[in-house]
Amino acid sequence: MLIRNRIEPPSSEITPEREYLNRRQFLGVVGSIGAISATGALTEAVLGTMHPVGAQQAEAVTPEEKVTSYNNYYEFGTDKEDPKANAQRFRTKPWTVKIEGMCRKPGTLALEDLLKPSRIEDRTYRFRCVEAWSAVIPWRGIPLADVIRRADPLPSAKYVELTTLFDPSQMPGQRSQSIAWPYLEGLRLDEALHPLAFLATGMYGKTLPNQNGAPLRLVVPWKYGFKNVKAIVKLKFTDQQPVSTWMKAASTEYGFYANVNPMVDHPRWSQARDRKLGDILKKPTPMFNGYAGQVASLYSGMDLRKNY
Amino acid sequence: MTSAAAASAPVPGRVRPRGPRIARAVKPVLFGALLAPAAWLAFALLTDRLQGDVVKIIEIRTGTYALRTLAVTLAITPLRQLTGWAWLTTYRRMLGLFVFFYATVHMSIYFGLDLELQFGEMWTSIVKRPYITIGMLSWLILVPLAITSPTVVMKRLGGARWRRLHQLTYVVAITATTHYLWAVKKDTFWPVVYFVVFAVLLGVRWAGPGLRLRRDRPTAERK
Repeated sequence: MLIRNRIEPPSSEITPEREYLNRRQFLGVVGSIGAISATGALTEAVLGTMHPVGAQQAEAVTPEEKVTSYNNYYEFGTDKEDPKANAQRFRTKPWTVKIEGMCRKPGTLALEDLLKPSRIEDRTYRFRCVEAWSAVIPWRGIPLADVIRRADPLPSAKYVELTTLFDPSQMPGQRSQSIAWPYLEGLRLDEALHPLAFLATGMYGKTLPNQNGAPLRLVVPWKYGFKNVKAIVKLKFTDQQPVSTWMKAASTEYGFYANVNPMVDHPRWSQARDRKLGDILKKPTPMFNGYAGQVASLYSGMDLRKNY
Repeated sequence: MTSAAAASAPVPGRVRPRGPRIARAVKPVLFGALLAPAAWLAFALLTDRLQGDVVKIIEIRTGTYALRTLAVTLAITPLRQLTGWAWLTTYRRMLGLFVFFYATVHMSIYFGLDLELQFGEMWTSIVKRPYITIGMLSWLILVPLAITSPTVVMKRLGGARWRRLHQLTYVVAITATTHYLWAVKKDTFWPVVYFVVFAVLLGVRWAGPGLRLRRDRPTAERK
């Protein structure tokens, strides 16, 4: 069952008021699995007309407190509780994003200017961590495709690289070499242009908390969470497949694609099921985290065991 | 050092709680301190204070508590030798059983709630995932140690054999820390800390006599 609430959004520091959407979608829990699958098609149809949320089944939004208290954000410490404790004084203003590489409109933009031409949207996505936990998170932000199209990549550009801020004075985790800094991730250009790929500036109707990647983070809901680079300062267009931070750290465990795939195990654990934050029991993980209908065609003909 | 303390032999099973009064007073306090983390976790779980992947949080913490308690257990003998407080030995069984308790909870959560008792998964993880193999091995070693902890069993085995068997604790210190090291991603800081702590605790056992740190009487052990 779909419950749509009209909620006045609280004021946000980042986005101009006129650009707020004045409504958010909430997906309600349905009693039984049978009911979920029965209404799944309806949910998709309704949401599909609004914006491409595209989750195939209705699920309850994860309580905000859990999403803001349990984070993988090594820049602020390697324990899940560290980012919340250590990121509170992180300065997100002023913030600039550098656009560079193989594009016709490179440059350095103030975050406001990067966002201004786009309509701010609310999207509720499933989130699946590579560590087999998951959440349902209402994000707020703009399509990544908007930013990419404005940068006007050259036909030769095949990938986009996204980089997190490097500032050990503010990010204590960067003072030790636990992983290579700055954190870098990449997408194939067609993945980055997919309507589901999103740049978030907020969640739960508020400005993004620092520990969740303020002021700007990537959200690619069909991929494992570590692809969703936080505190983005740079987008670079390239014709070389980027070597992401986790590929550098452990290439046998983390690949470039990192698509959610219940059939390809992580070397240290199964990816077949995941546990939603706050739950005790796990549930089956759907292919592409439930977004197969929208994204599977991006990977047709590819061996997803090799391209993990 | 009182003569009573000096005379109380560190031979397991023969130690009577007749050390200083403080030794007896400390025991229930220590018991409470060892149980407190488990009690807090249960309380936090029931009151929804654990934000995030609750099962994982409890799984990781109980594993950590098992390792910490093991470190304290292995610190008893060097500490006794250093201070001459023979009564410290009276805590060893309780400490060791707490190691077994936390390790058992840790493993049960993994098999019960992470793998959800799917036997195929359980088997795969034991044979295919080295960190699980060595973790499982660590727990299996703890089983005979826990079984032989009652005084009756101890006496039946005889001091020498019992002591030899319980030297497996040293093996567990190494295998359990290896399990921890292999289980983490890139964040090897704490596993390395445990390795260093255990290296020191095991090292003083070999190097101890040469270091002349002992203040107790080695003769007591031969009694």
